[in-house]
Amino acid sequence: MFGKLSLSAIPYHEPIIMGTLLMVCLGGAALLGFVTYQRKWGYLWTEWFTTVDHKRIGIMYGILAMLMLLRGFADAIMMRAQQAVASADAAGYLPPHHYDQIFTAHGVIMIFFVAMPFVVGLMNLVVPLQIGARDVAYPFLNSLSYWLTASGVVLVMLSMFVGDFAATGWLAYPPLSELKFSPTVGVDYYIWALQLSGLGTTLSGINFIVTILRMRTPGMKLMQMPVFTWTALVTNILIVAAFPVLTVALALLAADRYLDMHFFTNELGGNAMLYINLIWIWGHPEVYILILPCFGVFSEVVATFSGKPLFGYKSMVYATAGIGVASFVVWLHHFFTMGSGADVNAFFGISTMIISIPTGVKLFNWLFTMYRGRIKFTLPMLWTVAFMVTFTIGGMTGVLLAVPGADFVLHNSLFLIAHFHNVIIGGVLFGLFAAINYWFPKAFGFKLEERWGKASFWCWVVGFYLAFMPLYVLGLMGMTRRMNHYANPAWQPYLIVAAVGAVFIALGIGFMLLQFAVSIRNRAENRDLTGDPWGGRTLEWATSSPAPFYNFAVLPKVDELDQFWADKEHRRAYPSHAHYADIHMPRNTGVGLIMAAFGTVLGFAMVWHIWWLAIGGLLGMIGSFMVRAFDTDVDYCVPGAEVEKIERARLVPLNKLIENVGPASAGEKVA
Amino acid sequence: MSSQHGHSDAHQHSAHGSLKSYTVGFALSLILTLLSFGCVMSGAVPQHLVVPGIVVFCVAQLLVQLAFFLHMSAAPGQRDNLSIGVFTLLIIAIVVVGSLWVMHNMNLYMMHPMMQSTSSSIG
Amino acid sequence: MSTAITANHGVLPHGGAHEHEHHDDGSKTLLGFWIYLMSDCLIFSGLFATFAVLGHATAGGPSGKELFDLKFVFGETMLLLISSFTFGLAMLNMHAGKRGKVIAWLFVTFLFGAGFVGMEVYEFHHLIVFEHAGPSRSAFLSAYFGLVGTHGLHVTSGLIWLVTMMVMVGKFGLTDAVQRRLSCLSLFWHFLDLVWICVFSFVYLFGVL
Repeated sequence: MFGKLSLSAIPYHEPIIMGTLLMVCLGGAALLGFVTYQRKWGYLWTEWFTTVDHKRIGIMYGILAMLMLLRGFADAIMMRAQQAVASADAAGYLPPHHYDQIFTAHGVIMIFFVAMPFVVGLMNLVVPLQIGARDVAYPFLNSLSYWLTASGVVLVMLSMFVGDFAATGWLAYPPLSELKFSPTVGVDYYIWALQLSGLGTTLSGINFIVTILRMRTPGMKLMQMPVFTWTALVTNILIVAAFPVLTVALALLAADRYLDMHFFTNELGGNAMLYINLIWIWGHPEVYILILPCFGVFSEVVATFSGKPLFGYKSMVYATAGIGVASFVVWLHHFFTMGSGADVNAFFGISTMIISIPTGVKLFNWLFTMYRGRIKFTLPMLWTVAFMVTFTIGGMTGVLLAVPGADFVLHNSLFLIAHFHNVIIGGVLFGLFAAINYWFPKAFGFKLEERWGKASFWCWVVGFYLAFMPLYVLGLMGMTRRMNHYANPAWQPYLIVAAVGAVFIALGIGFMLLQFAVSIRNRAENRDLTGDPWGGRTLEWATSSPAPFYNFAVLPKVDELDQFWADKEHRRAYPSHAHYADIHMPRNTGVGLIMAAFGTVLGFAMVWHIWWLAIGGLLGMIGSFMVRAFDTDVDYCVPGAEVEKIERARLVPLNKLIENVGPASAGEKVA
Repeated sequence: MSSQHGHSDAHQHSAHGSLKSYTVGFALSLILTLLSFGCVMSGAVPQHLVVPGIVVFCVAQLLVQLAFFLHMSAAPGQRDNLSIGVFTLLIIAIVVVGSLWVMHNMNLYMMHPMMQSTSSSIG
Repeated sequence: MSTAITANHGVLPHGGAHEHEHHDDGSKTLLGFWIYLMSDCLIFSGLFATFAVLGHATAGGPSGKELFDLKFVFGETMLLLISSFTFGLAMLNMHAGKRGKVIAWLFVTFLFGAGFVGMEVYEFHHLIVFEHAGPSRSAFLSAYFGLVGTHGLHVTSGLIWLVTMMVMVGKFGLTDAVQRRLSCLSLFWHFLDLVWICVFSFVYLFGVL
């Protein structure tokens, strides 16, 4: 009846997990109680859970990612604590099986459920505004994508309390991940969580490609799109091209585990290396999927806060596209040691080094943008400068690892761990933090305050260097990754420093949450009334903060790059229109949430081999989609009069203000 | 948007195909299928030409169906689709050829000669 | 691949009179669907790559030469090819606005498609039960069942979609939305034929050499 599921699946005997469960239950109950007490369920359902508005979906992605960052970081600090103590005779406090699950969960969560939702959420929030569109191409699909990602999160979180999670490392290499060596449900949770969220990501990718290709405001040519939108376009192309390969690799692994097939087994002709080959065909583009949008963020931030147009716009676009294509021909550098010949390893080593050229072009473009600019060191700019230094170090160690000979020594050592944290934290995470500080006023209508933000910034930067520079040294000393315990006491001092670094990062996260809390409390003083708090150059700053649900009452006309900047210079940025036309908007729908809920049921049932429930989940997904397909009442009309009312309320005081202080500085004066 | 609208109307006929184009496509596909299977089943084709024959007829039939059934062309309304298709082709080539190369090369160096007969790649 | 935007504007509320951005002119949907097909194409390319790598790993079990019956495969191919043509006829009738004929040709297409799936199920059953050559016998057979089975699953979902569209044409008539969806299904159906051309060439014909 319940497949492999029984009450013994709950790990009662693990005090750490039970403690966490208790915390989650208490926290969850408090949250649910608070919402009920405030009578906000109806509001949450109609305004948020069922929304098809890209801005709100973007915010929900951000909240999801922030929550999962806490979970992923909890894993990280547990590992650092374990390695700081588990030297020589001491065993540490985490048993190996639990430790293995923790490093697997840390990797999976940080990549799939922190970085990806952050990046997708950011594109949701910003791209339609930057291209002057009223929504994405397929708003319903967008909501479905979000909820599918959320259902992946639910499965991963559930695995902690019901059953276990994969103990295989974040890419679940076979033969270890085969049924014979991982007989528990951990790998199955991994497979289904990633398949569900991967489906959501692929749909997002399709959605954004069409949005960017077909929904740009009249006049905006491809070469007049803001750089962030360009990076988003390339990223989404990479998503659509790479994620299907992940789907295949995971599906074949599932076939091995569920149907006794032999794709990657040791027996009957299976070939584990094929999985590693396939997963990295996805895996390498994936890291560019994460970093390219962040490159876009830095481009926007640097141009805005240097008060200059971006240096080398065209080279930036070509560099982005070049990195995108090149990212598909480097995957073997993740397994140089697999045993290919010198010719294969040389090809992939050289192609990897070549990627650093367009990346270098970008770095110089940012530097030249800052050169002789009037730089304002706001929070987004601070993160950007920290990125430029940190990422360069990470990039250099990457080029070092691209030399096959060196890689034979450093493969799977802590040097590698230090390298990719150096580029992912220093590149992706710093980029996302810059983005949060930069676009927060556009999403919520008020700026984040600076004091706690700066405290958080310094804790993060110091913490990062403390936590990861020792790992480079340890790697060169011969320490491999994923060690639950080690015999060499010479490593311990470095690991203690790394643990101290993790504590600094914990402070950084704490101060960031404090920054949000304080900013929300003091929102009245930080309100952005102009919609343009930084003196921005791109279209998202032309509309109000937060943007109205229709984004633009009249679609802006574009015939040059940085059109909004030019409009401000010519004092035509905020035109009043005599007449506002009716606007069509898509209607909110709960179908995306319902489909994803059935998807969660399907995934859970597959994990535990509850076949009747799995069939039910699948039929539920198809059925709710059919209901949606037969629904013809999917959009509505906003009368022009209503639009006019909303617009006048903003424009009349705004234009008065601009008459007094001048266009470019209006934003800052008000803020 | 409205300009594109008019555009697609103008290209309506070429984009939809006609009974004639579907029939031609069907006939060509039929012939190419027969040729493909004939290559192998008739036994009349010299050994060294069988593999190239199958590949050529396969590619030809793909092109025929793309043109006559999926209405792919270089017409202005089709350019996005075409360029996306070409890019996909590039990625497919990288995935398939790359995997074969990588795996074949690894088998060559890493597999025990006796095992090769049971688990080596083709190529 | 653009859809005719001539008839039946009035079904969607506010559909006809305005020319706003959110009124999909069909080209947007078809572009998106085309991109989806390309991603599906990459799923198949992963499976083809897997088959190519594992194709000779028979682990002492039967090889394609011993298992494949080309006459049977030729029959399957014909069914799918004819169904592609009949779908084309359905599309021509759609552009001509002939609702009844659209449903009729969709039904004919469904029959041929169902025939194909039936033949494939028979073939799989035969291999597993009589030849003892199921997917767990060897890596080669895993790859074979994985690739051909995935194509079969796609055709099956195409069949479900076909039934849905017949109901939709019957219920709503040939509205914009219905035409758009039929155009997508048409792309999907022809795309499956393209994949099948590669399957019979590289799996079956190469397999018996």
